[in-house]
Amino acid sequence: MTDTDVAPEYPAVRESRCPFAPAAVIREMTRADTIGKVRIWDGSTPWLISRHADQRALLNDPRISINEKREGYPHMTRGRATGAPHHPDLITNTDPPEHTRLRRTVNGPFMVKRVEALRPRIQETFDGLVDDMLAGPNPANLVEAIGLPVPTLVITQMLGAPYEDHEFFQTNSNKAISHESTAEETAAASRALGEYLAALLRKKIAEPADDVMSEMGGRVEAGEMTFQEAVIMSSAILIAGHETSASMISLGTLALLRDPEQLALLRDNSDDPRFVANAVEELLRYLTIVHSGIRRIANEDIDVRGTTIKAGDGIIFELAGANYDEAEFPDAEKLDLTRPARSHHAFGYGVHQCLGQSLARVELQVAYSTLYRRIPTLALAVPSERIEFAMEGVAYGLRNLPVTW
Amino acid sequence: MRVEFDEPKCVAAGQCAMVAPGVFDQRDEDGVAVVLVAEPGPELADEAQEAAAVCPAAAIRLVEQ
Repeated sequence: MTDTDVAPEYPAVRESRCPFAPAAVIREMTRADTIGKVRIWDGSTPWLISRHADQRALLNDPRISINEKREGYPHMTRGRATGAPHHPDLITNTDPPEHTRLRRTVNGPFMVKRVEALRPRIQETFDGLVDDMLAGPNPANLVEAIGLPVPTLVITQMLGAPYEDHEFFQTNSNKAISHESTAEETAAASRALGEYLAALLRKKIAEPADDVMSEMGGRVEAGEMTFQEAVIMSSAILIAGHETSASMISLGTLALLRDPEQLALLRDNSDDPRFVANAVEELLRYLTIVHSGIRRIANEDIDVRGTTIKAGDGIIFELAGANYDEAEFPDAEKLDLTRPARSHHAFGYGVHQCLGQSLARVELQVAYSTLYRRIPTLALAVPSERIEFAMEGVAYGLRNLPVTW
Repeated sequence: MRVEFDEPKCVAAGQCAMVAPGVFDQRDEDGVAVVLVAEPGPELADEAQEAAAVCPAAAIRLVEQ
């Protein structure tokens, strides 16, 4: 499929018959003997890498680059293409060794033991949201009642923002990422968040506490990062961890409500942390919510199973393709909470793998082990065909999820 | 079995510390992996192998002795 005339459009829309699996065209390309190209928004035709084994090999290959400023880089949207030349060096646009240095300056708060220490508080936050939903009107919209508030509250606490500001965070981060917002609303909300975070950072530099903003403030004071980098980084943490975790909670609930056998299995094993941890990995694989691919550019010619990716060619790694690659996950279309799923690429693979993955895991372990145990009668309040999927964002999600109990 | 850990490659994703807490930890200042047990015995072999498999930076290698 190297003929650009027939390169399929990307991202490819998932089919309503099978809303969790990648589009049929992606699965065909995964099965094909040779790699192929896709056509993106600007008419360019980057390579699509969707096999699990190919992604493992290439995403750690120093011959590929994440430098979004290079001509030919396959940008996700027009907006990103326009913004790319103006970005400072970030963990999202640098290669090693610069990337390694930057990532190590922001990694501390996301360490496994530090997010584990947050677990009791995340549990308490989650239980509070379930209490509120149960005390409110029935049916309720799970996206608004649980999905979106969980990550906002957790990140507000992590960053060290005062609790009374969580509504400001919620409103503005919803607006900044919502599929319903206009471009002006998105820009205004992002600006409001940026100004808020800059003020918070100044405050934390003056009066440090035990939180992420204070830690970044310390690094600014020590000359390890600039004030502006710290603001951009904190806003990235807020946005990146918001829509994604919210989607996983809402979509995961929908997937489980459509599969009563797996839901019962999860509910019956809610008190087994090993079972729950594996269930989270399988739901990460099965849903693969980051559905617009991760983007790179080739530094040199690279041979992939007999086809040459030329230096300067754009490359897209289709994560759902790898997570539904039958060679790695037999019977991939089946949600099986007991399958070994940890090798999935839902968080990407290679040195740019998700910074917040440990935090996401704890949030999701708490969510999935609590929600169905506490509300065993949870059910959809509308026929499942009426649930609206949100396809346009970086992460795949739901506009609403009306539930009853 | 001996653990070979290529520290400059480590991006501190922490997956090794999560799946193999008996073999790996993360250092406090930046989350870079620390090898706790350089020669894991049979009781730690499975988790060490899983850590090598999930490391996103391919910074962990296990050498059979």
